[in-house]
Amino acid sequence: MSAAPAWLQHLPVLLVVLPIVASALLLAVAERRRRLKRAISLVTAVTMVAVAGLLVLSCDGQLGGGTGGPQVYRLADWPAPFGIVLVADRLSAMMVLLTDLLGVTALVYALARWDRSGPRFHALFLLLLAGINGAFLTGDIFNLFVFFEVLLAASYGLILHGSGEERTRASLHYITINIATSLLFLAGVAMIYSVTGSLNMADIAVKTPQVARGDLMLLEAGAAVLGVAFLVKSGIWPLNFWLPRTYAAAAPPVAAVFAIMTKVGVYIILRLTSLLFGEGSGAAVGFADHALVLLGFATMLFGTLGILATRQLTRVAGHYVLVSSGTLIAAIGLGGQALVAALLFYLVSSTLAVGALYLLIEPVERNADEEDLIAGIAEPVFDDEYVGAVSEEADEVGIIIPGTIAVLGGAFIFCTLLLAGLPPLSGFIAKFAIISALFDQDAISPSAWTLAGLIILSGLATLVAMTRAGIDLLWTPGEDAPARLSVIEVVPIGLLLGVCLSLMVAAGPLYRYVETTAGGLGAPRAYIEAVLGSRGGAPR
Amino acid sequence: MEAVLALAIGILVASGLWLLFRPRTFQVVLGLSLLSYAVNLFILAAGRLRTDAPPIVDGKAVDAALYVDPVPQALVLTAIVISFATTALLLVVLLAARGLTGTDHVDGEDEEP
Repeated sequence: MSAAPAWLQHLPVLLVVLPIVASALLLAVAERRRRLKRAISLVTAVTMVAVAGLLVLSCDGQLGGGTGGPQVYRLADWPAPFGIVLVADRLSAMMVLLTDLLGVTALVYALARWDRSGPRFHALFLLLLAGINGAFLTGDIFNLFVFFEVLLAASYGLILHGSGEERTRASLHYITINIATSLLFLAGVAMIYSVTGSLNMADIAVKTPQVARGDLMLLEAGAAVLGVAFLVKSGIWPLNFWLPRTYAAAAPPVAAVFAIMTKVGVYIILRLTSLLFGEGSGAAVGFADHALVLLGFATMLFGTLGILATRQLTRVAGHYVLVSSGTLIAAIGLGGQALVAALLFYLVSSTLAVGALYLLIEPVERNADEEDLIAGIAEPVFDDEYVGAVSEEADEVGIIIPGTIAVLGGAFIFCTLLLAGLPPLSGFIAKFAIISALFDQDAISPSAWTLAGLIILSGLATLVAMTRAGIDLLWTPGEDAPARLSVIEVVPIGLLLGVCLSLMVAAGPLYRYVETTAGGLGAPRAYIEAVLGSRGGAPR
Repeated sequence: MEAVLALAIGILVASGLWLLFRPRTFQVVLGLSLLSYAVNLFILAAGRLRTDAPPIVDGKAVDAALYVDPVPQALVLTAIVISFATTALLLVVLLAARGLTGTDHVDGEDEEP
């Protein structure tokens, strides 16, 4: 544990407690007092970004004279394998910052009008953030289950936000599949507990090499059942048909935050493969890597085909989420420190870009005709008789920006470049880093070639789909004036794209950060010792 | 006792899965409930089966072999509460879907009208 000042040690728990308390407070405020509710949730969200930023700095050793490294928070000060611990290392601090950044932008966007389309939006939204933060920070697999349920319960509420037939139908599937996978999650936890006798991730990591040969199969079966649960949550083929539809049905700010939810599954798989099946875990080393690679490939292929096949932008974004999950899972399966660093960079960049795209879709499509979006397949793209319709959005707030199309078009091109991975933006750097890490070996394996090929192919498909949609929605001259756009909707999109821009400008230091993170994942010793104390490794 | 418990879990899982794949939403809810009972029993079994052994130590230094592992029992308690709450929520969504689509088919439309 780093020698940080006392107040810094409370940062991890703040990220969970703060949104829960604020959310409880919001429930007590009457629905009429909208301003107060907005103020409370906005202040909370901004504070969380600040706290997460401090946590990143503190874990990186740039704050309070600490040396960096994993920071452990023992709840109620119970000693490690018996009590629940929150562990913030570079990886989880980074993920939490990403979550809260996406959260605050989506929240600002929601203030435009989305938070008014149903009750208790803010309370649910903060609970969702609390659940995601908790899942990233916890060091206990059963506590992870609890945080997963918190975030899922909040997401059930948010997906239904605004009601309507399509949302209800999509959420029925979403809730059913998530309850079923939660049961798998529990079964996996029970199997791992029955073999190792522990729920603490670091303690399980210590006990994995000591597992008797006959019990190893049980442990691996447990890990596989657990893995299936997380793979479903990260949208891996063939259990991902619910994802594009659900995300397309959700309100835009909700969908933007959901972009990080698939990454929770990816994070846990990365964490558990590093701890349980990384170096020094005896006979269990490298378990299921091959399966991860193949499933990742299948998902990327499915997502790419989906991107090309669909004409609705929300579905394109949903399939892009699948491609990005597939890339990450395949890269985790291939492993190697350089590749893990590259995939972390890709994770940050692609999550922010998809979040921005989800926020952007609604204002862009506001100009287009409803029928046109669905029946546009047979129409030539350059059709001069295109008739754009203005949707009636009477209750918008904020200043009306002139040149709406210029702003939207600029943001759309920016998003396209990011998603397709074209230079000079961060999407390109991320994909280039992955491919470079794949080819930076003496003998390039067939799976490395396949992954590189699929990454380029999916980028091309994204470019084609986005260009097609862009021409359709933005270029084609409409007869009427474009729909209005309020400042409050532009600011969050701009903020997300600005963060992506800074990912490009500050790529050097950020890349060093993810490289250190990948180094920490490759050598889980420091994590285990931080949780269990210096004796870490000695059997109880 | 192991055989009885294993059979019970197996039957619950089998009927739960069968119901889960049925087209009516209420059957799906029942299937999920049965599956969650099965998983709860499974967690209990993960802590080894013992009869007449209390899970709570009464303060004195005693032989751990006389007691049953309390952790799985605590886990089951949490799991029961969570699955109860999510089932209640699913029931509400089920009713909403029934009201909005006019059918209790899981896809919101009947294959044969």
